[in-house]
Amino acid sequence: MSFSVVPVGMSRRHFLQHLAAASALAWPATAFANALRGSASDLKKRHKAAILLWMGGGPSTIDIWDLKPGAPTGGPFQAIGTSGSEQICEHLPLVAKQMHHLAIVRSMSTREADHTRGRYYMHTGYVPNPNIEHPGYGTVISHMLAEQTKQLQLEIPPFVAVGGGSVGPGFLGMTYAPFVVNSDGNVRNLKLGIDAQRLSERMQMLASLEKTFVKQDRGQSAQDHANVLEKTVALMTSKQMEAFKINQEKQEVRERYGNGSFGKGCLMARRLVEQGVPFVEVDLGGWDTHANNFKTLSDTKLPELDKAMSALVEDLHQRGRLEDTAIIWMGEFGRTPRINGTSGRDHWARSWSVVLGGAGMKGGIAVGHTSADGTEVESEPYSSQDVLATVCKSLGISLDTTFTSRNGRPMKIANGGKVIKELFA
Amino acid sequence: MAQTQGFIALHVKRLVWRYCQLAPCVAVLLACYTGTSATLAADDAVPAPVAGAVPAKKSAASKGALPQVAIINEQIRLQWESNNLAPSPQASEGEWCRRAFLDVLGRIPTVDELKRFSDDSGQDRELRLVNRLLGDNYVEVYARNWTTLWTNLLIGRSGGTERRTLVNREGLQQSLRRALERDMPYDRLVFELISAKGVSKPGEENFNGFVNFLAGTLQENGVQATAKTSQIFLGVQIQCTQCHNHPFNDAKQNQFWEMNAFFRQTRALRRFEKGRDVAAIELVNQDFAGENNRPEEAVLFYELRNGLSKAAYPVFVDGTKLASDSGFVADVDRRTELAKLVTGSESLSKAFVNRLWAHFFGYGFTKPADDMGPHNPPSHLELLDTLAGEFKTHSYNVKELMRWILLSEPYGLSSKFIARNKKDDPALGEKPMFSHFYLRQMRPEELYESLLIATEAESTETSYEKQEEIKSKWLDQFTLAFGTDDNEETTTFNGTIPQVLMMMNGELINRATSTAKGSLLQRMATDPKMNNAAKINHLYLAGLARRPTPQEVTLANELMLLRKGDPIAALQDVWWAVLNSNEFILNH
Repeated sequence: MSFSVVPVGMSRRHFLQHLAAASALAWPATAFANALRGSASDLKKRHKAAILLWMGGGPSTIDIWDLKPGAPTGGPFQAIGTSGSEQICEHLPLVAKQMHHLAIVRSMSTREADHTRGRYYMHTGYVPNPNIEHPGYGTVISHMLAEQTKQLQLEIPPFVAVGGGSVGPGFLGMTYAPFVVNSDGNVRNLKLGIDAQRLSERMQMLASLEKTFVKQDRGQSAQDHANVLEKTVALMTSKQMEAFKINQEKQEVRERYGNGSFGKGCLMARRLVEQGVPFVEVDLGGWDTHANNFKTLSDTKLPELDKAMSALVEDLHQRGRLEDTAIIWMGEFGRTPRINGTSGRDHWARSWSVVLGGAGMKGGIAVGHTSADGTEVESEPYSSQDVLATVCKSLGISLDTTFTSRNGRPMKIANGGKVIKELFA
Repeated sequence: MAQTQGFIALHVKRLVWRYCQLAPCVAVLLACYTGTSATLAADDAVPAPVAGAVPAKKSAASKGALPQVAIINEQIRLQWESNNLAPSPQASEGEWCRRAFLDVLGRIPTVDELKRFSDDSGQDRELRLVNRLLGDNYVEVYARNWTTLWTNLLIGRSGGTERRTLVNREGLQQSLRRALERDMPYDRLVFELISAKGVSKPGEENFNGFVNFLAGTLQENGVQATAKTSQIFLGVQIQCTQCHNHPFNDAKQNQFWEMNAFFRQTRALRRFEKGRDVAAIELVNQDFAGENNRPEEAVLFYELRNGLSKAAYPVFVDGTKLASDSGFVADVDRRTELAKLVTGSESLSKAFVNRLWAHFFGYGFTKPADDMGPHNPPSHLELLDTLAGEFKTHSYNVKELMRWILLSEPYGLSSKFIARNKKDDPALGEKPMFSHFYLRQMRPEELYESLLIATEAESTETSYEKQEEIKSKWLDQFTLAFGTDDNEETTTFNGTIPQVLMMMNGELINRATSTAKGSLLQRMATDPKMNNAAKINHLYLAGLARRPTPQEVTLANELMLLRKGDPIAALQDVWWAVLNSNEFILNH
């Protein structure tokens, strides 16, 4: 599998020539011209990226990464040994073999135990505020890695969300909004129904309308539309879209990842990262186990997670990409150590776990610990900000970065979170 | 202000449909100056109003002198003055007309409808249009649009479509549609939704589609029923307090469970089809024994963060207790009592006014519109209170409230910024001051209906249900679930690439720009009475509610020349560009 930088066939270059011949009303497309620069350097091999495995609903981390066998809160699962120094749940046997690449942070302690608030907080490092929209991981990281993306001549949007909506781009703007695709890799409505000549002529008509409306100063959404339109045309004519086609992978590879949507999403994430996409988020929902927690975990959630996550880590490692690709596994919060009357666990943010790895972060260890019944963090507590700061550091993104929100407020990257230093020892 | 309110309360019924003499305090506000009205021509730069005192504009009087409109205008102006803002000029008539159609009927106007409005040169033509939109001619379109909006609010875009769901979407829509066609007063509608009993599926005996609001919310002791009822009808978000006191507002954990106690007699009884699929549910009230098994004083227990248990009986958010805590339905029907308390609450009208304002302006008086309370003070407190009072006085007549908003000065302003309202941009986190109209995306349903109307498509499907089914299949592509137990969802119809791809290449757009026999383009191309200029005009009016600029005409003519042998192809290209433009998809 290889991706050529210069497209062939109904190619972008071809299309650009048509546009170049266009009248004074040609598309205001600096991006089109940029793509004609020299080919990518060896950066192609060494580029940084991150993959967020988002566990929507709030996974029961006390049953997955921080087991308390024997404790009244412990539940029925047994702990098993791993290739790292820590034990994890018996229902993750394949992930256990990859744990030397991954670190468990067992001392997460946050305050947002509502889905919407928790999702926002864990994605952005900020609690929701009605007056400002903060950018999430995908937006922050793809924005900070924009120079690299440019050099890679990436035509795919730099932030792809597979199977879920992630959170919006906030004040960093629509350029870094998640490109949401489903896990089968078919991007809807991608096919051009007309030839390039005709498209370019239509685009001229459209450019005239767009520009007129933008110039009337009616607000940001008019300009946003024009920007997204431009990116969409780039995408439609890009050869790089092959990266979404997971059915080009061998059957045995696909089976290793699993045939569920999360498995497909993880395989797609690997391909996208190889193509140069700096941030991919893959969604696995259904962790909101207020009832039947253990059966849901052992029968469906954990087997699906086990295959996909282990295959992803293993492949990234074997292909030499893991040292430049950060992996983040987390949900909006953990679940109550107390088991409720319907064998479920409810929302719990005070003591829970996330998993980090790759991009130079130390694997095979656990950071922090909780009390014997799992209800308290007994070491230095970590927050969403700290995780985001840690991931930024692993990717070489400066934590001195300060953004300016649209209304002029300075916003420190990762909300000033502190790096989890054990991961860089 | 008290005087004004009293006046309105006394005279309001007489004022609704016609001009009338106003009390002096109101009349002053309506002082007007005549200006030339903008026309359907593309509006080039309109001079900004002179700096200094905010001048009263013609809008109030010319759009029908309703006292409630005057109050809106006055209160909004007061805030402009204290924030040193000036309003943008008025929107062109085409813009205003398009806006009103979109916001009331959920679609843009046809060329004929636009023409009817612009041909009406009489005073009060805005009032006449608003009355038409809210009147008998459009009752079916109106009911369809608001059924969609209510359904999405009550059960979400995917509610009733999941496997093994207890919710019958069609049933809810049917009951909503009937209520909206009859202009059921808002408090009655809310009462029906909260107290509903009966069978969820249309055609079944004892059918009551309103039961579908609560049908899917009763798991885990009705936690979702509690949260949704409070949020949707009272504008208070108490879902966080299920597990603990609210981190930053006054809501306490006991309030959540005391509200929850009202739902403990409610049961959704499943009726199965062959196999395990649920055919319908029947929502009933049954005796609640209480968690202590003493039905005469039926209690529930909830757990504090520290593990201690506390008892809760039904208590409304304002502190009102029931006469009896009995769990026997014969003694007290808790859900009906709740419906009475909600519809008697001060919050009911405030929450709805705020929600409806947000519908028409893109932003409510609080952000978000359904999170009200001392922690989130409204931008226009007095206006909110006054409108809520008026709405109540008018027997919760939703169309009246719409009329006041539609005819108000802020609703009629251009979406263009001017120097003196640059800072009024809620997208930047500022409190909205409504000194210009805020751009916003059409909803996907609005886009769908607008494309149908703009292409003058003869519907091949006659049945309402079939039309809705096709539409919801199309909408599916944009809906994304978050995978949580409260069925939260989001949409990719949000201005990002998937939406633009759909507009450029999607099946719906291919149909809209079709040149097949009988299509809009084919009919235009073969119409001997239309010359090229008329055709281009028609497309701009149909899509954008304005005529093309000279520059746009030149460009279209060039294209016509280029496609010499194939004039219909040129029309197709122009139409495609119009439909793909920001001007089309943004409600401006």
